[in-house]
Amino acid sequence: MIVSCINLYAVFDWEKPWFQKEAGIVPQTIIVLGVIGADVHAVGNKILDVAFSQHGFKVVNLGVMVSQEEFINAAVESNASVIMVSSLYGHGEMDCRGLREKCREAGIGDILLYVGGNLVVGKRTFAEVEKIFQEMGFDRVYPPGVLPDVAIVDLERDLGL
Amino acid sequence: MKALLIDIGSTFTKVTLVNLDPPFLIGTSQALTTAATDLMEGLEKALEAFSPEQLNGVKVKRACSSAAGGLRIVAIGLVSDLTVKAAREAALGAGARVLAAYSYTLTDQEIQEIKGLKPDLLLLAGGTDGGERKTILENAAIIAEAGLEVPVVYAGNKVVASEAVEILKNKVPRVVVSRNVMPEVNILNPQPARQAIRQLYLEEITKAKGLDRIQEQVGLAMPTPMAVMRGGELLQSSWKKEVVVVDVGGATTDVHSFCDGKPRTSGVIFRGLEEPFAKRTVEGDLGMRVSIFSLLQSLGEESLAANLPFVPEEGEITAYAMRVHNERGALPRNEREMYLERALAMSCIREALLRHAGSLNETYTPGGRIWLQKGKDLTKVDLMVGTGGVLVRAQKPSDILGGALKDRDPLALTPVNPELYLDEHYILSAIGLLAEVDSGAAEMLLKEALAPTGRDED
Repeated sequence: MIVSCINLYAVFDWEKPWFQKEAGIVPQTIIVLGVIGADVHAVGNKILDVAFSQHGFKVVNLGVMVSQEEFINAAVESNASVIMVSSLYGHGEMDCRGLREKCREAGIGDILLYVGGNLVVGKRTFAEVEKIFQEMGFDRVYPPGVLPDVAIVDLERDLGL
Repeated sequence: MKALLIDIGSTFTKVTLVNLDPPFLIGTSQALTTAATDLMEGLEKALEAFSPEQLNGVKVKRACSSAAGGLRIVAIGLVSDLTVKAAREAALGAGARVLAAYSYTLTDQEIQEIKGLKPDLLLLAGGTDGGERKTILENAAIIAEAGLEVPVVYAGNKVVASEAVEILKNKVPRVVVSRNVMPEVNILNPQPARQAIRQLYLEEITKAKGLDRIQEQVGLAMPTPMAVMRGGELLQSSWKKEVVVVDVGGATTDVHSFCDGKPRTSGVIFRGLEEPFAKRTVEGDLGMRVSIFSLLQSLGEESLAANLPFVPEEGEITAYAMRVHNERGALPRNEREMYLERALAMSCIREALLRHAGSLNETYTPGGRIWLQKGKDLTKVDLMVGTGGVLVRAQKPSDILGGALKDRDPLALTPVNPELYLDEHYILSAIGLLAEVDSGAAEMLLKEALAPTGRDED
């Protein structure tokens, strides 16, 4: 299974420029993407990378186990418009707390913050979860199972594209 | 046909005479560097060791230099873990001493600091290609206004390169644009900046340092650490082995590694900016002569005493340090001093390797324990080469090299039981110089130059 995953990645990496070319869009909007905390779920991250790149965005993919500081450093250097955080292992609430405040400290307080995945453990409705993360300063919060297209439409709306 | 290869150091001017066809070493010689008067005097003195017949037929002359303080660079980037680090790596790889590194927009105080440091060159980075551009343009404007009289290599966001050149033009002696040291987040590209630094070194900085006469007469090619690096690169590529070179000097201990250094075992995840294949670090506080007091300070005399076969008398270590620090060209005079010298060299290598190599950090995830790797994994390096006066002069260099690898910290990724080699004739930098002229001959000379001292058995 690991081998097949690696093969899948190889195909995605190989296809990425082709997708970008097919889409006919010069990459402009820069997305910093990654899986936060001690979370090693890699496959969804790769799928998001391909989906956003195919749409013509420039994706700075930090992969798995990304700290808040790494998200922010990458966003500063690449002048990103949005930081997209994934969390699949249920500790998202802990890992994401303080990200907005740190962005403000780093001089990118106005950057868009999106988060999605299995964000919390326990029996809470998505409305509750969404509220928690919005209060933390996230602009968009997605439950499990949302397709990348939804985030793309939201992002274009948020950026006025 | 013969080649004369010259290394003008801060203490000694070393010359290496080699035959090229067939390639073999004719001899080496050295004399004290005459920095106060004319550097050519020291060179001529060193050449007296050779007979006119030996010097007959010299067609190639090449020199490297670390005199006049070496190549001194200030690196400027945006985020300290990213472009600042990338700029530092590029400058070190070019054989420079990095005097200081700055992040974000330069402040008035930092500009004053830079003025005080009197660098030979500024390396200006910041932003990925197509990424952040505001800060690097601000920094270009600040440098332009500061009247620094220092040439600049621009190695930042390519999108605003010409804008930055426009700002800096006529305000600094020269601006050279190279490719970005970090074109994408976490992707390192030091090679083009290394080339640009070397170009400026040859065209501008040698003049400013009074090395232009040497350049006219013998063809100054590069700073000495870059020549050592070239030698190591040639060793790696021709022997197809992973290599570490440790160079223990009077003022600094340099470590060069030539390998990708990526994680070797499953369950280890690499974090941070990628590491250069050819990586150099310089430890300014670890040295056998000029830096001996800072060496003692960072180690403590007790840890030094642990590597001695006797208990040092009160003040013995300090007295020895005083003597070798103050007397230019001083050497150990008796057996006790030789043991002291050996223990000092071992400490330099051990500490410099620890700082150069990466490390592992334990982390727990819901899926179990994993390891995070920072920096390069050197545990599987095939061979380690020692160079520098103290190793070349030592009676048992393998003791020093092997001893420095003992009792490793299990979380530090320093070399484990590599084959040990000694740069017996102290000509690795000369081979690096020759590699650009005649790489075939340089390869042959490598075999002659490196003496195996075996693995450390116990």
